[in-house]
Amino acid sequence: MLDERPIEASSIQPPQFFHRHIGPTAKDQAQMLAQLGHTDLEDFVQEVIPRDIFDRNPHLGSSIPEGCNESEALEELQAIADKNSPKRSLIGLGYHGTVMPSLIQRHVLENPYWYTAYTPYQAEISQGRLEALFNFQTLISELTGLPIANASLLDEATAAAEAMSLSFAVKRKGQQASRFLVDIDVLPQTLAVLRTRAEPLGIILDISIPSDFNFGDDVFGMFLQLPGKSGQLWDPSFCIAAAHEVNALATVAIDPLAQVLMAPVGELGVDIAIGSAQRFGVPMAFGGPHAAFFATRETFKRLVPGRLIGQSLDKEGQIAFRLALQTREQHIRRDKATSNICTAQVLLAVIASFYAIHHGAEGLELIARRVISLRVKFEDCLRELGYPLELITRFDSIEIYCNQAPKVHELASLAGINLRVLPLGSSVDKSKGFGVSFDEVSNDKELNILCQIVAESIGKKFNPLQNKTVKIEDTFSDVPLRKSRWLKQSVFNIHRSETDLLRYISRLSTKDFSLVHGMIPLGSCTMKLNSAAELAPISWQKFASLHPFAPLEQAEGYLHLFQDLESWLSELTGFAGVSLQPNAGSQGEFAGLLAIRKWHESRNQSYRNICLIPQSAHGTNPASSVMAGMKVISILCDKHGNVDLNDLEIKAREHASDLAALMVTYPSTHGVFEPKIREICELIHSFGGQVYLDGANFNAQVCLCKPGSYGVDVCHLNLHKTFCIPHGGGGPGIGPIAVASHLLPFLPGHPLVQCGGSNSIGAVSASPWGSAGILPISWMYLRMMGIKGLRKASSIALLSANYIASRLSPYYPVLFNGLEGLVAHECILDLRPIKRSSGIEVDDIAKRLMDFGFHAPTVSWPVTGTLMVEPTESESLQEINRFCEAMIAIRAEVDEIIQGESDSTNNPLRLAPHTLSVVTADEWDRPYSRQKAAFPVPALAQNKFWPAVSRIDNAYGDRNLVCTCSVFE
Amino acid sequence: MAFDFPKNFRFADSHEYALFEGDLVRVGISAFAVDQLGDIVFVDLPDVGTVLTRGTSFGSVESVKAVEEMYAPISGEVVQRNDSVLSSPEDLQNDPHGEGWLLLISPAEPAHVEELMDAGSYADKIASN
Repeated sequence: MLDERPIEASSIQPPQFFHRHIGPTAKDQAQMLAQLGHTDLEDFVQEVIPRDIFDRNPHLGSSIPEGCNESEALEELQAIADKNSPKRSLIGLGYHGTVMPSLIQRHVLENPYWYTAYTPYQAEISQGRLEALFNFQTLISELTGLPIANASLLDEATAAAEAMSLSFAVKRKGQQASRFLVDIDVLPQTLAVLRTRAEPLGIILDISIPSDFNFGDDVFGMFLQLPGKSGQLWDPSFCIAAAHEVNALATVAIDPLAQVLMAPVGELGVDIAIGSAQRFGVPMAFGGPHAAFFATRETFKRLVPGRLIGQSLDKEGQIAFRLALQTREQHIRRDKATSNICTAQVLLAVIASFYAIHHGAEGLELIARRVISLRVKFEDCLRELGYPLELITRFDSIEIYCNQAPKVHELASLAGINLRVLPLGSSVDKSKGFGVSFDEVSNDKELNILCQIVAESIGKKFNPLQNKTVKIEDTFSDVPLRKSRWLKQSVFNIHRSETDLLRYISRLSTKDFSLVHGMIPLGSCTMKLNSAAELAPISWQKFASLHPFAPLEQAEGYLHLFQDLESWLSELTGFAGVSLQPNAGSQGEFAGLLAIRKWHESRNQSYRNICLIPQSAHGTNPASSVMAGMKVISILCDKHGNVDLNDLEIKAREHASDLAALMVTYPSTHGVFEPKIREICELIHSFGGQVYLDGANFNAQVCLCKPGSYGVDVCHLNLHKTFCIPHGGGGPGIGPIAVASHLLPFLPGHPLVQCGGSNSIGAVSASPWGSAGILPISWMYLRMMGIKGLRKASSIALLSANYIASRLSPYYPVLFNGLEGLVAHECILDLRPIKRSSGIEVDDIAKRLMDFGFHAPTVSWPVTGTLMVEPTESESLQEINRFCEAMIAIRAEVDEIIQGESDSTNNPLRLAPHTLSVVTADEWDRPYSRQKAAFPVPALAQNKFWPAVSRIDNAYGDRNLVCTCSVFE
Repeated sequence: MAFDFPKNFRFADSHEYALFEGDLVRVGISAFAVDQLGDIVFVDLPDVGTVLTRGTSFGSVESVKAVEEMYAPISGEVVQRNDSVLSSPEDLQNDPHGEGWLLLISPAEPAHVEELMDAGSYADKIASN
């Protein structure tokens, strides 16, 4: 019978978003609480969080609006976006207009199969993006003529810094050399980041015109910009030879579109080539995210920063891709890593790879030629009008100094165009020149408008240009051109129709396990819901088309967004201010440590350089410390997995005179709210140090406790963890820092755009607000959730992790716990006893979980031989139980081995994962059934994710590194 | 797991071994160290002619998941290097006490070798951990 009570229209509220974000229903929550002997969620939470830091009332004084639903938030954000008034920017300087093919937008950027995937550590269920990244590496290698190309870096400026570090590391083996020669035509933001990274390492930057470079034995490397910021393109061969004479490495930042036509710089003797892949189909988005590339010689492969995709074989002899030479990276090398980079820009690299596949070599050449043709015609127009044109070889950019500059800018603006204002940083009315950079979007219509503008500026009439054929070879008389056919690999040649490319994209995407398939309970990764409403705004024109150096009046919407986010994140962390510039947690750490360093300097204590770091810390922590010029002292953990307070006190006291900082993760990387965090902070302060908090585990703290309130001085956040930016397969990420008031002056700044503190540490990213284009995602999340929703989310995150620990502890010991035997938002399951009794390794269980339709939890970190499980608040009880049941079933399979019922090597764990082809082959010689192999739980028959390959041979892959696709003719 | 440590080998705390061969000393890493590392994929060794100081790092060995520094068990000059281990790290993995030797050193202080643990003491140390 229908409910016949009268309905008040106003009482029907659309349900708030947070109900959709949180997985377990009220009934589920009651069940989970009951498992833990609780009835009330708030009571439970108060048992988990140490009393002296628990925030009872986060609503007090809050500026975060009350949560709402999708439509309300989208409407509000649209109004904010409408405050952006982007003009057509021809500013160049590393950021150019480009066209993302619709297919790629719809089926990659906006496709959760691609964007909700994690970093491909579990390679067998990541073959799709691994292949796409392998294609990216191949593309970069073909472009630059250098055989080893990685799977992306954060941006061009930090890629330059990485090249500087690699060069420094190579030369250091030989003799003392600390001078780095830098081309005066370097992009200003690259120079700024080089400065920030060089200073703590004692590297001296020697900036001049390349022909004036002073090569000596104290030079370890050289950096050139092609084309330079002035637009000049030239042959660097003589410079490279001179660098090699003194055993210095030559690095070139190369515009990839210029490189399409130019001889590969690797053939000219360059040792390292870097650059940004932004103009291969990724919108400028007010600064990012964009993938940077890094390519180098074979001999430096063990020093390459970031992820490197390699080819290997699986158990069945099939070609399989994997993360190669991981021993280079921070998670293994820690303070000896050459780079602190972890999350990079995978999704953007994948997009660039499909862009190249879509266009092919001929398509890319066509775009480059058109750019040159337009630039040449514009030069003709300028010459005819009597503008002074320097006689240099160019690619896409022209700089003109003239008295009419202010008028040119004014007319351009009226025509809806931003030109480069010269000198850089000057205001329009004081400008002495203008610059134009043509790009993929440029066309004859735009050219004519520009010609009209420059004509009108000197009161002349514009005569439409005659049709003219431009011979590229004539314009590049002194720059070597690419001579041979390139990008011959079939992948760049056979997917030319949209149908074919769609199917290729789709085929790859189906090989990847992502959040669209099942839970990814990776400890410390916080793989929560990336909702559709959160993602939608990143494609809006008003957000995507802005140039990061466009006049700020055109970015009022972004400025409003930044203000909201800075204010909300400050509030949630209990701090005074935030910088959104760092574009990964690792960069946040570096920036935060530099802020601490500069603070000590401001108090005449720059001798403080000791950084205390617990053994359990994430590898980026020690790596970032070394980059910040600090010396790492390791702190032991006690038997409960907490920071050993005795050891901490002894070491803090021992180094009291030069103690700079403590880096701590809270809750700890062991998944525990250490009860004495306040005391730890006080101890460090008493010895003159500052406390840095690694905010990777902030999902356990949001609206429950605030780092700023228990003694922390600075922390970073991972927006791609706690705040819903999707992981993208390994990036993009954002790692903002939040600081106490005494550190505000030191927040990162930028050479071209006003931002950051009054005494800033300099720039840490190429663009002033880092990867601004994806900040709308976190804005949407915070706006829709509100304090109530956020608090609920944190509480459920704690509940879910404890529920899993409780259900699984009879089968797998939970390694560490805190107060009342409870864990935080993640728990560590100890599998070492299993190895001792059955020989089964953690990896075997991780691979067997694939057969059960799961991505494994974090393997062997922070403790070898364990699994760290973080369900997050977004998983339903049903999925959580499905996971528990899989783990219990696997435990039973282990027991079968121990009891001798299963063979110790020929068993479903050792031989996992099981592919479709293995299970359906005519031959099946295993002592267990195909059913057991592929459908260990009957329900899987209705919902099966098939791993694309069998167990991959890692040793083979590292011993025989293949990181690009060779051409088979 | 049972390891067989040859009686004439002497061992450092950090798992490197040394044994006399005439006037020279052959140096490598123990079967236990190799087992702990897992599949070895890369070995980094110093050039012939390098002078090593006891206790300082002379190179590293990498598996898929770990990197370990190796420390000179004695002081001396590198007279020969096992280049085949550089090109096929599997040799080190398969036969660390034999074909997988690493360096031949002309010792600065022959007594350094005596100061290392004998095979029996090393085996005990491994077992007790």
